[in-house]
Amino acid sequence: MSALKIKKGATSHSAYNLRPNYSDTIEQHTLAVLVENEPGVLARVIGLFSGRGYNIDSLTVAEVDHLGHRSRITIVTRGTPQIIEQIKAQLGRIVDVHKVNDLTVEGASVERELALFKVVGKGDSRIEAIRLADIFRANVVDSTLESFVFEITGTSEKIDAFAELMQPLGLEEIARTGVAALARGST
Amino acid sequence: MTKAMTGAKMVVQALIDQGVEVVFGYPGGAVLPIYDEIFQQNSIKHVLVRHEQGAVHAAEGYARSTGKPGVALVTSGPGATNAVTGLTDALLDSIPLIVLTGQVPTFMIGSDAFQEADTVGITRPCTKHNWLVKETDKLAATLHEAFHVATSGRPGPVLIDIPKDVQFATGKYTQAQQVETHYNPQVKGDLDAITELAKAMETAKRPVFYTGGGVINSGPAASQLLRELVAATGFPITSTLMGLGAYPASGDSWIGMLGMHGLYEANMAMHDCDLMINIGARFDDRITGRLDAFSPNSTKAHIDIDASSINKVIHVDIPILGDVAHVLEDLLNVWKSRGRKTDKEGLSNWWDQINKWKAVGCLNYKQEGKIIKPQYALQRLEELTKKHDRYVTTEVGQHQMWAAQFLGFEDPNRWMTSGGLGTMGYGFPASIGVQMAHPDALVINVAGEASWLMNMQELGTAMQYNLPVKQFILNNERLGMVRQWQQLLHGERYSSSWSESLPDFVKLAEAFGAKGIQCHDPDALDDAIMEMITYDGPVLFDCLVEKHENCFPMIPSGKAHNEMLLGDDSTEGAIQGAGEALV
Ligand SMILES: Cc1cc2nc3c(=O)[nH]c(=O)nc-3n(C[C@H](O)[C@H](O)[C@H](O)COP(=O)(O)OP(=O)(O)OC[C@H]3O[C@@H](n4cnc5c(N)ncnc54)[C@H](O)[C@@H]3O)c2cc1C
Ligand SMILES: Cc1ncc(C[n+]2csc(CCOP(=O)(O)OP(=O)(O)O)c2C)c(N)n1
Repeated sequence: MSALKIKKGATSHSAYNLRPNYSDTIEQHTLAVLVENEPGVLARVIGLFSGRGYNIDSLTVAEVDHLGHRSRITIVTRGTPQIIEQIKAQLGRIVDVHKVNDLTVEGASVERELALFKVVGKGDSRIEAIRLADIFRANVVDSTLESFVFEITGTSEKIDAFAELMQPLGLEEIARTGVAALARGST
Repeated sequence: MTKAMTGAKMVVQALIDQGVEVVFGYPGGAVLPIYDEIFQQNSIKHVLVRHEQGAVHAAEGYARSTGKPGVALVTSGPGATNAVTGLTDALLDSIPLIVLTGQVPTFMIGSDAFQEADTVGITRPCTKHNWLVKETDKLAATLHEAFHVATSGRPGPVLIDIPKDVQFATGKYTQAQQVETHYNPQVKGDLDAITELAKAMETAKRPVFYTGGGVINSGPAASQLLRELVAATGFPITSTLMGLGAYPASGDSWIGMLGMHGLYEANMAMHDCDLMINIGARFDDRITGRLDAFSPNSTKAHIDIDASSINKVIHVDIPILGDVAHVLEDLLNVWKSRGRKTDKEGLSNWWDQINKWKAVGCLNYKQEGKIIKPQYALQRLEELTKKHDRYVTTEVGQHQMWAAQFLGFEDPNRWMTSGGLGTMGYGFPASIGVQMAHPDALVINVAGEASWLMNMQELGTAMQYNLPVKQFILNNERLGMVRQWQQLLHGERYSSSWSESLPDFVKLAEAFGAKGIQCHDPDALDDAIMEMITYDGPVLFDCLVEKHENCFPMIPSGKAHNEMLLGDDSTEGAIQGAGEALV
């Protein structure tokens, strides 16, 4: 997933300014979808993706405004620019959806994911694991004589890279939260 | 202004407040409290159908012929699952419906209770929106919102699932005006885009209006504005199956329906145009044919209220997001204020070309001998009924296409057909819904015998409510459309495309107390049709027609507009390669 090039191009919310030239390039986009926190809204969003054959690379959801009854669903998806436009339009017409933002094209954004890694090992590999964790600024949140649980936050790419390095060192299990993302700056 | 009442009473009160006149439904355990309330009032009529699918199609017919939302009421479990086909049909054809389903009591949900089904789960992909209401206090507001959602923006079916304990419990009734909603789709189009379209219209040499169901959805004002625009510009206009009647078939600029079974001149105009103005149509695959060969040299504009319809399959140059009536009003104003310009010379050459295509006579057929051609039957039906206050519904198949080709529609909301889902069994119950809305009108369902049998039980409904619907069955004793495809695509191996063991339709009608007429003789056809029209009551007209007639013109799947088949002699090897996989 990290090998994909993300093309940052200009687009806007109005249908009038849809990107003029469609290409066949597959792009990965991070969409922030602000929804009414109603039962079934997640099923609607997921049903849209499965029903229409779109990809979900990552999905997170949580209530972000208790009083306003709003949840935020962050979806990392991929497709040609035309498919991405279609996904946004399809999301936008779900009655419970308030707003769809494409963080990949609407200016700069920050993305973070949290993951827990269980690494089991002894001797040198154990020392190497600790050393790499240090470089990646992962914290040890549980340890026994034969295992660690590391906590790491960062971009999905960083977590992928950490996973790759941990693989030969006794990586047993990973739990990832999926991506949380926000636009940079004051708006 | 909040009154306390039971949930069941709220349902009826909200329907009354929303101006509902008719509910099509079928009772069962989980909706008995609502039926009890319906029993105790006189404002709303209830039509007892014979199958829940019929209730939903009847509501669709009612909605399409009035412009108002249709309402259906069914019980939990099997009642709800029987409604699914109708919901999907309404979703694909953008028909506003409110479907109310009963549900097991809240405290039993999830326990596999008697007649429990996950109705909101099952219907989520086939409704515009749906709700499970678990508190009586929220029921009235949800009902009002349901009407708003079904009828705003791109219309569609919505469903409210109401557990039985919520119907029994007492709560506060919320008035419609008190309901707040965040769902307010944009109706005004972007003026810059509209101006760009007006400019394109000024210089176009080969323009064409390609109109669709969205014009009908937008209401009578949209059709009016469309007529004004067409008259003012003199551009040719074609329409999809769903948009017939928005512009009158007798109008000067009408070039007929386009698409797979559309007219030669309409499809050629689409292929060769330099400016295509799509108004409320969705570039359906019955229209576009092979995508990379679709109207290769045109600038394309698209007016649509649903952003997901724009650039979905065909890339357009001038997208305009908004409601047809609003956008056309602005477009007319902009175009007029810029001096009402068109390229007169270019247009005149364009019309010359179109008239040459028209001269091909793509709908020509020969009525000879003693067997009625289906086209002839429809032509006579048209002749003998066109002066009536007439509404037409159809089933699905060849007869549906011939009806679209041979009947002329002068006004919107007069033509009800299942376009997107292509649901056999739609037409008969839909005709019942239409007749409920227009008791004095002549309502005709053009049917194939196979489709008609799919919901024939509704003859009981027509009889019970005295609905004089005319069932005009073009009986070819074949699943004609399937047979045609097997002939063209599957080496004439007619696998299960016979209608075997057909009933005697006259006796069948009589068994229900309706009138049955059979006709097989072209010379007797006019009299038989007149007998059907003048009979005061439901008629089952069994019109025995040529069994192997094919429906032309036809653009085979995977072909371009200019690769149309015009008749049987041109069908050799018509569908090959990638086109085979298409439907
Ligand atoms: C056997 C068979 C054969 C068929 N052959 C043909 C054929 O030859 N030719 C043909 O045309 N069809 C044919 N159809 C029908 C076809 O499948 C589609 O249903 C039809 O073409 C779609 O019509 P439409 O594009 O007008 O869209 P609709 O389904 O009517 O959609 C309406 C569009 O307008 C938009 N809209 C809705 N309300 C508004 C508003 N207020 N303002 C602006 N936009 C609005 C919607 O968002 C949508 O994009 C056939 C169907 C069957 C069953
Ligand atoms: C519910 C349903 N099942 C199957 C089909 C596939 N189908 C499309 S047309 C057709 C044949 C229709 O036969 P008939 O009603 O006799 O009409 P004809 O084509 O002969 O005019 C069939 C089976 C469908 N459209 N709907």
